[in-house]
Amino acid sequence: MNSLSFGTGMPPALIFIIGALFIPLLRGRVKSAFMLLLPLAAFYVLLTVPEGMHWQFRLLHYDLTLGRVDRLSRVFGYIFTLISFISLIYALKVDDDLQYVSGLCYAGGALGVTFAGDLFTLYIFWEIMAVASTFLILARRTKAAQGAAFRYILVHMLGGLCLLAGIVLYVHRTGTIAFGHMALAGADTWLIFIGIAVNAAIPPLHPWLQDAYPEATVAGAVFLSAFTTKSAVYVMARTFAGTELLIWLGALMTVIPIFYAVVENDIRRVLAYSLINQVGFMMCGIGIGTQLAINGAVAHAFCHILYKALLFMAAGSVLQMTGKIRCTELGGLYKTMPLTCFFCIIGAASIAAFPFFSGFVSKSMIVSAAAYGHLAVVWLMLQFASAGIVPYVKVPYFAFFGHDSGIRAEEPPFNMLVAMGMAAFLCVLIGAFPQPLYHILPYPVDYAPYTVVHVVDKLQLLMFGLLAFCLLMLSGWYPAEMRSIHLDVDWFYRKGVRVLYRLIDQGLNRLNAVCDELFARKLPGLLAWIAKDGPALLIVLFASPFKAMSGAGEEEMDDYKRKIHATFDTLSIPIGLGAAAAALFVVLLVWVN
Amino acid sequence: MKRELKIFDNPDNVKRLLRVFYASLVVLVLLDFVIHKHAAFPWEGRFGFFATYGFVSCVALIFIAKGLRRLIRRDEDYYDRPEDS
Repeated sequence: MNSLSFGTGMPPALIFIIGALFIPLLRGRVKSAFMLLLPLAAFYVLLTVPEGMHWQFRLLHYDLTLGRVDRLSRVFGYIFTLISFISLIYALKVDDDLQYVSGLCYAGGALGVTFAGDLFTLYIFWEIMAVASTFLILARRTKAAQGAAFRYILVHMLGGLCLLAGIVLYVHRTGTIAFGHMALAGADTWLIFIGIAVNAAIPPLHPWLQDAYPEATVAGAVFLSAFTTKSAVYVMARTFAGTELLIWLGALMTVIPIFYAVVENDIRRVLAYSLINQVGFMMCGIGIGTQLAINGAVAHAFCHILYKALLFMAAGSVLQMTGKIRCTELGGLYKTMPLTCFFCIIGAASIAAFPFFSGFVSKSMIVSAAAYGHLAVVWLMLQFASAGIVPYVKVPYFAFFGHDSGIRAEEPPFNMLVAMGMAAFLCVLIGAFPQPLYHILPYPVDYAPYTVVHVVDKLQLLMFGLLAFCLLMLSGWYPAEMRSIHLDVDWFYRKGVRVLYRLIDQGLNRLNAVCDELFARKLPGLLAWIAKDGPALLIVLFASPFKAMSGAGEEEMDDYKRKIHATFDTLSIPIGLGAAAAALFVVLLVWVN
Repeated sequence: MKRELKIFDNPDNVKRLLRVFYASLVVLVLLDFVIHKHAAFPWEGRFGFFATYGFVSCVALIFIAKGLRRLIRRDEDYYDRPEDS
């Protein structure tokens, strides 16, 4: 227990993170081969390691566990290593070690979160993910990317702090660092929930995703689309399965982003919004919490990682080959990029959950779980989000068809096509033969997606959604794409903060100025004046009536007053006069009292 | 490789595609007559429920989004502009 035992192989997370450190030392084909070996090695460890607690060590009276292997963590481990492999193939031509190192550390962080057996280990890998992923945005090396990365890391640090505070309170209350099921009650569990919700992009904590992902590098966005939200799905399934709040948050999460996706112009931002929408299905499933629903959420995470990565790879190929990513600037690319177009359509069909594509076999489980639970409103919301097919159709439509932009870009390099081909193949394979996927889910699966009724219902829903899109497009009712951005919750920390800043500037700084004027300038002057001229004035005030009684003329009076002032200015006060003034004060005091 | 696909440059091809699409829709709706449904919710069994719901949802989505855009649309440099807006 006191030492890290590698008897069962090295923890997958460490394979990635330690492996990443060697990247800058290697060159050319050796580097490519070494990188591709890392996910394969991790996958091999996952295949061979038995269920149970592995890689435990003791730190400051706590037993930390790097390898809790059970059915839930293993399936996430499989997909994370698989998508790392595909993403790395996609990225092979990238000449930038920063992206490789941060991408591998990021994937390692996600695997660390997945196999963490305690809350401390979870937190450490959680933060590794946040930091490493930021560099995938920074690596774009544009001003917009810098700003987005800065906001991204701030939001994630805030989320991480929430999680940490929650963990500290939780450990303090329960005395255990066990990372297991929790009930949403009390400040500690709420803070943990919020911390996870930030990474899961649950509205209104979602805007970092649509802000940052479209600014990332071509390959970076593929990595980003896979790990942060899905590791949060895993942690949510582990801790808050069956939490009713999640049903509603999830259902809202499926609906809200698609409105944005309809009007959004940047293709990768459209994908970011539909990513949030898909994670909504998973959150809803986790909230329902039945075996079917959890299986559905996990299966959907598995399929989603593949088709979302595929869509980001296709969009990245378009960006790389044309230098453009806005719907308004693209169109007609099918003419010279037919393969990319084909893969993109497979990704779109999968995310739209057409029968015989991967999304169908996983999304159906969640929707059916809502039906079995008689959650009518939730069911209608999920079906609305499924029928709202526009965000999925518009990506291939505006990039590859639509109006001809005149751009005649070539297909991306071979390695990128291979990566897309692999992901597309898996999307179709899982869609056609879901049993192997069902076999590795956390609970035994007794679910048949391919009944005639189900297939016809789903096809009606999707095809008539498509009909609506076609008719509105042909009639010109469809809102034309525009060069614009759209306000989201990030307004509050991008513009709202400026209002706050102005409030602070106008409010507090004005208060500051008033205080400065009053206490630093006016008051000392007043005090100095009182100290200097006060006694003389007092003397004049009390003495001049007597002088006047003695029959002095006006001129003599002025002269007298001037003399008194002069005496006080030069401090040459006759002792008698001072004594008289003092006596006068005493009399005055007694009289006042 | 300067091969170019031009299949959709010909409006007839687009028309043909749309015709196949419309035909498949008709088939899908007609299938409702022959399939016996045992559904979790009463409305699921109604004739053409999914077709109607799919169509109405998508139209609602597009029009609400169109309306929403009036509220949330800003120029692309909205966040980059210096303090004045």
